[in-house]
Amino acid sequence: MLSYSSLYILDMALMGMGIYALIAKRHIIKKIIGIVTMEYAINLFLILVGYRMGGIAPIQDAQVSAVDLAARAVDPLPQALVLTSIVIGLGTLALMASQAIKLYEKYKTFDMSEINRLRG
Amino acid sequence: MTVITLILSKASARLADITAFITTLATAVLSFGLIGQSSNVYWMGNWFPPFGITLVYDGLTGLMLLIINVIAFLTIIYSLSYMEKYTAKPKFYALFLLMLAGMNGVVLTGDLFNLFVFLEIASIASYALVGFGVEHKELEASFKYLILGSVASTMILLGIALTYSMTGSLNMADIASTLSAMPAKTTMAFAAGVFIMGFALKAGLVPFHAWLPDAHPSAPAPISAMLSGVLIKALGVYAMVRVMFNVLGAAPAFQEIMMVLGAISMVIGGLLAVGQWDMKRMFAYSSISQIGYIFVALGLGTDLGILAGLFHLMNHSVFKSLLFLSTGSIEHATGTKNLRKLGGLSQKMPVTSTTTAIGALSISGVPPFNGFFSKLLIIIACIAAGRWFLGILAAGVSVVTLIYFLKAMRFSLFGELPTALAKIKEIPFPMAFSVITLAVICLGTGIAYLIAGSTFTGIFLRPATDALMDGLKNGSSNYIATVLGIGG
Repeated sequence: MLSYSSLYILDMALMGMGIYALIAKRHIIKKIIGIVTMEYAINLFLILVGYRMGGIAPIQDAQVSAVDLAARAVDPLPQALVLTSIVIGLGTLALMASQAIKLYEKYKTFDMSEINRLRG
Repeated sequence: MTVITLILSKASARLADITAFITTLATAVLSFGLIGQSSNVYWMGNWFPPFGITLVYDGLTGLMLLIINVIAFLTIIYSLSYMEKYTAKPKFYALFLLMLAGMNGVVLTGDLFNLFVFLEIASIASYALVGFGVEHKELEASFKYLILGSVASTMILLGIALTYSMTGSLNMADIASTLSAMPAKTTMAFAAGVFIMGFALKAGLVPFHAWLPDAHPSAPAPISAMLSGVLIKALGVYAMVRVMFNVLGAAPAFQEIMMVLGAISMVIGGLLAVGQWDMKRMFAYSSISQIGYIFVALGLGTDLGILAGLFHLMNHSVFKSLLFLSTGSIEHATGTKNLRKLGGLSQKMPVTSTTTAIGALSISGVPPFNGFFSKLLIIIACIAAGRWFLGILAAGVSVVTLIYFLKAMRFSLFGELPTALAKIKEIPFPMAFSVITLAVICLGTGIAYLIAGSTFTGIFLRPATDALMDGLKNGSSNYIATVLGIGG
């Protein structure tokens, strides 16, 4: 089982990969994949904040008492935040993808370095 | 209202106009009615804080609500006739009302994640609105804005995650009270740094300004007015100031950062604006410069500094939206916004040229318009706080502002009328009504401050200044007491 801090380090490595894809790649779709990876890395960070190693799901049924739940369950609040954040990411992704399609129609290329008519 | 607008537009496009008009009129009237009321808290779903989301109304919120809704109302009137040249006009109103809802939510909320959600709502609506006329340049500008805005939102979410991990709560007042009891931690400094990155990009501070000069010229004129006049202030300045001062408890390091970024923005925005030949691009760089002024004043941390910064924020909304709407009028009438091709418009378009001149004189700081008083207050506040260099810099950038606005006026309003433009007409009534009202507000605010200075600041600015000074000086105890109901 991995240690708790190594999970954080791996998550930040994922974020770094997303940033790299956004900055270093010129293809529009690869940049979009970079942004989505960054967003999901932050969602994972939120869940890790509320995580407890070896914890149980925060659901109370007949076998789990309330005291037991408070002692052993993972934090459910970040999970609610992540649900909202995933939906926001979906909205942004839909907008980015539709703009990528329209940009291809207008500029006939997916290469971002050729899409530079606005200067100054 | 967004959904209602979309549904009604299937029946008739006129209904969408009427819905948007009535909605913005209602919000403007309501925000006027809220001025002068004491702080108030509303528990969403009747969950008491800190477990539920609260909506908090205090002085700063009142000022921002007034600015946002009045300018949105005037912009909707303007776009009643301006947006006729675009297809899908009802969808414009739907997106506009969504953006307005997002901005109102940002200033009203008392919960940090709710702030993020409303910030995203307003941002996504504005990304779509910038690329509304779906041509080459609009799409490019919108895509660049989208990417940079997404990075900023990711940074803000990271800051929220770090804050939650340190304090265990998302309610702004609860975080403030928890943080004031804890010793300073490195994690919170990192979270503050990440927040500054995210909100500075939304505000358009240098070096996070790269989206602004592309997004403003490409957007339709009413959206440029809303973006530059209101969005960068509600999402950028208000959110940064609320989080830094009230929630995180401003340390002197944050104030230094705000002042340094503000000073750099003032200078770079001003200098880059001088060389522009596209009117809207010049005004976009001017927005960067004026936001720098606001951050310098707010970062000073003194009572006069915050008052001056908020006054300049209020004024800048009015005259910058006036200038962008005037540019839209010029583009509507002549079909171009390139200064090399315009000239002598004062002969054919008296209303537009008068209001553009009033806007340009206001922003340059000519008395008796409102820009003079707010810039003077900023310079006095800088010098009173002992920051001589910032005061001299502010005065110098004011001269540069005058230079490029004189250039804009000389090339567009005065001089010879080109033969290609000999047949232009004045703008239609709805557009004229908006620009005249904004020009009257410019002049009226200036004269009101001149004649009845303390009454004017007492009604509009004093409650907002007190809310922010509360965060700076006594660890937001008033804010915490209002929201959580604990004494002191």
